[in-house]
Amino acid sequence: MSVTHDARVQVHRPAATAPRPAVRGWPEFNNPAAWIVAIILLIMPAIANGFFLIEIFATTLILGTIALSLMFLAGYGGMVSLMQLTIAGFAAYMVAVFGTSDNANISLGWPWWLAVPMALALATAFGTLGGALAVRTEGIYTIMITLAIGAAFYYFTNQNWAIFNGHTGINNVATPHFWGVNWRWDIPFYYVVLAVAALCYFAVDYISRAPFGLALQGVRDNPRRMAALGFNVNAHRVAAYAIASFIAGLAGVLQVWNYRQISPGSVSVGACIDILIIAIVGGITRPIGPYIGALVFVLLRTFALDFLVKIGLDGNRFRLLIGLGFLAIVFWSSDGVIGLWQRWRASQRRETNRPGGGRGHG
Amino acid sequence: MDSVAQRLSVVGAGAALELRGVTRMFGALAALTDVTITVRPGERRAVLGSNGAGKTTLFNCITGDFPPSSGTIRFFGEDVTHFPPYERIRRGLRRTYQISALFPGLTVQDNVYLACRGVSRGRFSLLRPSQNDALMHAADNLVQAVHLSAVKNQRVSELAHGQQRQLEIALALAGAPRFVLFDEPAAGLSPAERLELIEILTSLPAHIGYIIIEHDMDVALRVVESVTMMHNGRIFKEGLPQEIQSDPEVQELYLGGGHG
Repeated sequence: MSVTHDARVQVHRPAATAPRPAVRGWPEFNNPAAWIVAIILLIMPAIANGFFLIEIFATTLILGTIALSLMFLAGYGGMVSLMQLTIAGFAAYMVAVFGTSDNANISLGWPWWLAVPMALALATAFGTLGGALAVRTEGIYTIMITLAIGAAFYYFTNQNWAIFNGHTGINNVATPHFWGVNWRWDIPFYYVVLAVAALCYFAVDYISRAPFGLALQGVRDNPRRMAALGFNVNAHRVAAYAIASFIAGLAGVLQVWNYRQISPGSVSVGACIDILIIAIVGGITRPIGPYIGALVFVLLRTFALDFLVKIGLDGNRFRLLIGLGFLAIVFWSSDGVIGLWQRWRASQRRETNRPGGGRGHG
Repeated sequence: MDSVAQRLSVVGAGAALELRGVTRMFGALAALTDVTITVRPGERRAVLGSNGAGKTTLFNCITGDFPPSSGTIRFFGEDVTHFPPYERIRRGLRRTYQISALFPGLTVQDNVYLACRGVSRGRFSLLRPSQNDALMHAADNLVQAVHLSAVKNQRVSELAHGQQRQLEIALALAGAPRFVLFDEPAAGLSPAERLELIEILTSLPAHIGYIIIEHDMDVALRVVESVTMMHNGRIFKEGLPQEIQSDPEVQELYLGGGHG
């Protein structure tokens, strides 16, 4: 193989002292599209009305963050967990239980700055425990175990009245007021959601290049070899569940503040699977994918109804559209919308490069 | 009565690797039967034998990929029989795989960096390595040692077979290896690449011992000082390379015919 010998010849060039590639930095900083998206997101309250701000964009960011926690596990760790929405829902319930709501028999009335850390800690513990069960399995069995945890939690919340208040759930959950601001007003709440989503997005992107994230990708590619390099593979997987659970928990807190209520309907098995669909449609290989998937999902859910009624179909068939979209994505782009976009960009570049001669790029 | 135990512990402390009566069953099939091997620190040994002789199973038992059904394994005097693989690796044991076991989604540099990180602290670190991270430099040096500097930022899935075999070796040399198990490192290499492999093996520091499984006698006998022949899961013969090569029984079993 001549390639090897080429490589050997080049050893004597000062390759070792060459500057490190941008891979280890923040690639998005050089990307004008990323800046445009960031600016649009920041000035959104000046453009969009309350409905768009909350029902479309805040909801997208919340669902996207839950799907991001799945992307972290599945994209980097190779573990498809269907319980990420359940963990978010658990955090949401805990905010309602420890904080203040209509139901004084259940809610303990703690201030939000105590109830939220408590909810996050319990949700992280819950997800980590579930993960510790799931990492003993691989592939389809991980999906089954996490789905079973999600289904069990759904039926438990339906039947337990002492803590979860059965099928009615917990209503009128208090949202934070401080510094003279009601943080559930549309504009402050939008910025809270945006800040949390951005924090989670950048954290996942950063960790993917840190030793832990690299090792997680190693575990995804070849767990047996990772053990033969000195890594405790299961400990790494459980730690990944802990991080993903914390992210899902954060999104769950935002979700209960968004709707000011939580009930079993929000943690149903269907909703668990929606998170998987969001992550796959958007693209499960990069952290931006889940947010794109969530935007597609929320837009379809909100507007497909009118569209379907207009063409004489039942409005509730919006899932049909989502399902068709899902099938199309799975058939033609295993890395989701983000993959379609990248391939389109690559083909555009090839077109413009063609007259100048074939400059190969990977 | 004490003397036996004492003698054993002395032998154990002096050996890099000591297997006593190691047996591995797969259901009713005995892949290894009563294998007893002692290898000195720094010793370089070949394990030869036909397909199904139990060579790779032997490696899997030593690294803990499969635990032995019975018998004990000592590594530098310490009983590691029931240790998980990663604990053995952290003590200085390394191995390569017959079929390259790499991380195709990561770059060459990241593959080697992971190997360096696996045998040091900070495996769970959430902080990215800095520009002058010591392990990053260690990874750079290893990449250079196996002649892969030119492709270090390429994904492993894009590498040629020969380059993947070289990376396979680099992963096994990360950190401070004390003993390495090479499972057919020359598999699928061109004659020129074999020479490169021999150069890498013979230039390893003298304190690093290894066992190499190799079908190619020309490679195997040039890089070892002792040979173990296996047959049907048992040790069949042990000796110096010349002895094994000239042994009539061995010649009849393995070397007759094809060997020039």
